[in-house]
Amino acid sequence: MNHLPEAWGRPRDDIYGAYDHQYVSASNPNQHTTSPVVTGTSVVALKYNGGVVIAADNLASYGSLARFTNVERLKQVGSHTVVGASGDVSDMQFLFDEQLEQLIISEEYQNDGHHLRAKHIYSYLSRVMYHRRSKFNPLWNVLLVAGWDDGKPFLASTDLLGTTFSGPALASGFGAHLAIPLLRRVCPDEAAVANITREQAISVIEECMKVLFYRDARSMNKYSMSIISGEGDKVEIEHRKDIQLKQQSWKFAESIRGYGAQVV
Amino acid sequence: MTSIGTGYDLSNSVFSPDGRNFQVEYATKAVENGGTAIGLRCKDGVVLAVEKLIQSKLLVPGSNKRIATVDRHVGIACAGLIPDARHFVSRARNEASSWRKGYYGPIPISSLADRMGQYAQTYTLFSSVRPFGVTSIIGGLDEEGGPSLWMVEPSGVTWGYFGAATGRGRQAAKAELEKLDLPNITVEEGVKHAARIILIAHGDNSGKDKDYELEMTWVRMPPNGEAEIAADGTVRGYGRHEEVPKDIVEQAEKDAKKAVEGDDDDEKMAES
Repeated sequence: MNHLPEAWGRPRDDIYGAYDHQYVSASNPNQHTTSPVVTGTSVVALKYNGGVVIAADNLASYGSLARFTNVERLKQVGSHTVVGASGDVSDMQFLFDEQLEQLIISEEYQNDGHHLRAKHIYSYLSRVMYHRRSKFNPLWNVLLVAGWDDGKPFLASTDLLGTTFSGPALASGFGAHLAIPLLRRVCPDEAAVANITREQAISVIEECMKVLFYRDARSMNKYSMSIISGEGDKVEIEHRKDIQLKQQSWKFAESIRGYGAQVV
Repeated sequence: MTSIGTGYDLSNSVFSPDGRNFQVEYATKAVENGGTAIGLRCKDGVVLAVEKLIQSKLLVPGSNKRIATVDRHVGIACAGLIPDARHFVSRARNEASSWRKGYYGPIPISSLADRMGQYAQTYTLFSSVRPFGVTSIIGGLDEEGGPSLWMVEPSGVTWGYFGAATGRGRQAAKAELEKLDLPNITVEEGVKHAARIILIAHGDNSGKDKDYELEMTWVRMPPNGEAEIAADGTVRGYGRHEEVPKDIVEQAEKDAKKAVEGDDDDEKMAES
């Protein structure tokens, strides 16, 4: 995955050559979104023994401009699930504030004690995403769905093409490059989840958010984290908002070309 | 009804010479045959309750609900023809949902009641349709302004209430509701009164031999007094239309029985 949302959904330049922008020029008829406008960067998530931790920062960028610094990109959906979105913020708002909101309200009409679980929300979202890509009008997002499902932690991803996959440690955007190696250090495979504690998972995610802030130029130092913990049928979701990055060390920056003390 | 059979009651929307619409009056009759439904607008929330007569012992307990959730913060209790009520509720859900789409927020109860009143009224205007055989009590919590309670009748008449009653036992229920200081009691107290009023309304009518199930829901204001209707659904319990927990209903029913039977004992003692 390319870390620039502008490049998502397009053939890779390094394999197929530079993209021919004539294909999406304004004179062609019937065009929908061909690139995102206001964007959110990575979402990172990790399963642990008894739950999932998911985090995303509070920045919405307008190109490279840090335009909005107080945007919530995690949403609790029902009682079992948290969805995190990167990519286009207006598409995220459509999904979060209209689609998912109505889904949950309609689900509660029955009032029969049953709730949509993470798997159901994920299934719904992936169908919406695929439907929209099939209408050539995609929602420009990568979504991570974290939750508690049938006595087990749940974590899966869907994107603007409707691609679906799941894993014990997932990240979108820049995080797919930078956070996944860090997450896989503690969680190389599904079996490893059994050995990860809640505290460990939180601290690994915190570390990821810090590293992402160091190296992702579309990130900020304030983020939200949700911790979904379950035991049998019981689920508890803790939302931590406005988390400030702690104990930063910018020593490494000294060695970066074009930054800080170096000239040339 | 003196003018029955004079021909002015055969088609909807036709006035009789003395200015009545008989089809609407007949619809009101249909409501009066259904089990009692009441609503209480209390200090910090709204309580809805219905007397659901058990039509058959073969029915699963708790099935065929007569109070429906329309949106997070709104509920509707119905008396009258159940299929008409289902359609009415479905319309209310669409209204609430389209309000959210258009205005990005929960529909005010007054607006919902108003729209539902207009909807019911259109069913009095055409010979191709009949009026709703349903009177609905709409209760909920507004973002500003707190608890709100309305009743929509088959004619389309819509009034706001502190205490509303409809269905077979409405007279007895209204008499009991009038005795309460509704603007100043809590929902918890309201639940107890509701259970008692439904019991009295049930006993006061011919359906006494029939068993009934007490169905009760509430919408409560958060303790700090502001109606916070959380967008992400994190504030469970408050600001939501939901069933009153089973244990509270059972306790209220027990207390109601004691209170009502206790009254009877007093009377007997006085008589002897």
